[in-house]
Amino acid sequence: MELLIKGGRVVDPANGVDQIADIYIENGVIKAVGNSSGVSASEQVQVIDATGKLVIPGLIDIHCHLREPGGEAKETIVSGTRAAARGGFTAVCAMPNTSPVCDSQTGIEFLKARAQATGAVRVYPIGAITKGSSGQELAEMADMAACGAVAFSDDGKPVPRSDIMRLAMSYAQMVGKVIISHCEDPELAKDGAMHEGYWSTVLGLRGIPSAAEEIMVAREILLAESVGAPVHIAHVSTAGSVELIRQARQRGVDVTGEVCPHHLALTDAAVEGYDTSTKVNPPLRADKDREALKQGLKEGVLTILATDHAPHTAEEKAREYNYAPFGISGLETAWPLYWKELIETGCLTVNEMVAMLTVNPARRLGLDGGTLTVGSPADVTIIDTEREETVTLEGWQSKGRNTPYVGWTLRSWPVATIVGGQVVMTNRQLVQG
Amino acid sequence: MSWRHKDLLGLRGLEKKDIELILDTAAPMKDIIGRDIKKVPTMRGKSVVCLFYEASTRTRTSFELAGKYMSADTVNIAASSSSVVKGESLIDTGKTIDAMGTDIIIIRHGASGAPHLLAKHVKARVVNAGDGAHEHPTQALLDMFTIRERKGTLQGLTVTILGDIFHSRVARSNIWGLRTMGADVRVCGPSTLLPPDIAELGVKAYTRIDEALEGADVVNVLRLQLERQQKGLFPTIREYARTFGLNQERLKRCKEDVLVLHPGPMNRGVEIADDVADADFAAIEEQVTNGVAVRMAILYLMGGTSSGIAH
Repeated sequence: MELLIKGGRVVDPANGVDQIADIYIENGVIKAVGNSSGVSASEQVQVIDATGKLVIPGLIDIHCHLREPGGEAKETIVSGTRAAARGGFTAVCAMPNTSPVCDSQTGIEFLKARAQATGAVRVYPIGAITKGSSGQELAEMADMAACGAVAFSDDGKPVPRSDIMRLAMSYAQMVGKVIISHCEDPELAKDGAMHEGYWSTVLGLRGIPSAAEEIMVAREILLAESVGAPVHIAHVSTAGSVELIRQARQRGVDVTGEVCPHHLALTDAAVEGYDTSTKVNPPLRADKDREALKQGLKEGVLTILATDHAPHTAEEKAREYNYAPFGISGLETAWPLYWKELIETGCLTVNEMVAMLTVNPARRLGLDGGTLTVGSPADVTIIDTEREETVTLEGWQSKGRNTPYVGWTLRSWPVATIVGGQVVMTNRQLVQG
Repeated sequence: MSWRHKDLLGLRGLEKKDIELILDTAAPMKDIIGRDIKKVPTMRGKSVVCLFYEASTRTRTSFELAGKYMSADTVNIAASSSSVVKGESLIDTGKTIDAMGTDIIIIRHGASGAPHLLAKHVKARVVNAGDGAHEHPTQALLDMFTIRERKGTLQGLTVTILGDIFHSRVARSNIWGLRTMGADVRVCGPSTLLPPDIAELGVKAYTRIDEALEGADVVNVLRLQLERQQKGLFPTIREYARTFGLNQERLKRCKEDVLVLHPGPMNRGVEIADDVADADFAAIEEQVTNGVAVRMAILYLMGGTSSGIAH
């Protein structure tokens, strides 16, 4: 099976490519990038006309929740990877806070096998840092790494004990993996439902102070620095966290940070009206935080764009704000939201934004992909940057319909997702198979 | 003029004319409470359900009597004895009550925003009888009614709200209502019980009680939930009483004709001294009577006819 993507604007940050070019794919591998006039159309060659469109390496989400096993009512590997495909992602890293927690070789093997059998895109398992993500004893990271865990995280919860986190960083480094830290001081954040500030006071909801995140960001930086190990900060949401990461990187600490679409597209003002689709952790922050995140991305302090796709059932979210679970179903709207907040505002170049969704996460975790280098797996996403679409739940692939963006008209949408040379999404529709 | 809204969920966002309408309507209602035969046919054939997810005697009884004095059929649902304990969601409970032909649902709930959730899913009108730390609009309305009755106006008065502002829905509703009506509002309490960015609500925040009381026309003393001490929000009840308790000595800072309010139930000797609570310048029992009148006004505006009410 051969595939020819013709006439698009190819942006491949890893190779410094930004030009009108064709991409020729054979046997699931990128064979050539350039002028395809030498390739003759034949029955074997499927041609995709990408004229006027953006052709980029397949998007990689470093942070999502597929919920399987245990949370199949919220999402499955099938529905979650289909949502990823619809959102232009060719690979997703699945957080281990399933039930049971993915904290052993068995969990990693299960996820790999299920993803292989049912997934629409590539799934990279992230293993737990501690057994049961209970924060007490290290999980079998060496074993998990050996069978395919790409990183370690107790995401959804912090690792409260500094001694355990320090050991975890050291051990993960030994096995060549990065710790991804969910930064939240459990006591400061306790019972919180939204960002602490003007709106939490107005709405009478318990606030989660920015310091709850920043204290742990500072701790992780100091631990990583003392151990000499890498650390990646998940869902950075406050101005203070950006500053801590900026300073640490300046003095050479191996710390990276990711940003989620909702922390750029929304602020805590969106909680007015108590719509539980705005309930997310870390919470939607103040406008100054949102601006600091953009500045951090612009300056290269923050280098990775993620989704923190966190699907929940309708009935779980149809509750009092305090009682609803945290999370936004974000895979299917991430690209156009990033486009709106980062490209349309002039914050980033297309090249920079593509890097943050492809090669940067791939390099951070040591994943294949993220480039259009000849000889690499043919994971490609095509974006129609002129396409305008109003978000509706029609055609929505995730089981989690907990999105605050219904009714938003956004520009720039993925129109084809190609995984290993196979077209899994085209013209906003999943390809059955 | 008539009530322009479907529900009454809070005072934030209401206009002066909305609040005035309720306060003006409450005055003739108060006459009815003073009558020997406290019954008018205003709401005959209307049904009112009090759906209370938190323990309450005062507010629930006040709403119930308000309905009964106007001939509405009133029913009380206490969450502990209802299908809630069987796991029914608020939306389903609301739809069930709605399907029985209920005209007005009065809801009290520990979760902020619960009345908004209910209102989105029922045809009945919804009145917020207190939700979490968000709002308690009828309490603020009865406070404002009481102030207006004693002082003639709200415009230009200095009102000090004293106590646990952080957790208080009464404080928030009073702030919005009083600001809209042209009063100057001060809040005072230990720094650990002042919510973040409270000044952005258009009030002055104080941690020194003497400064907060200086020249005040009205002091509204909030109930201190004693269990807050166990959560570490202040060191001891004793220190709270000494530092923030309202007593005769401190009241000398206020205007001579100061009016003292308390939404009840009181912790005498903690947030309010015994001889302050029982003084002539305190209107704490009057507030309770006015509470029935204000709630009659709200129910009337939301569904009554004018028969039997003197204008």
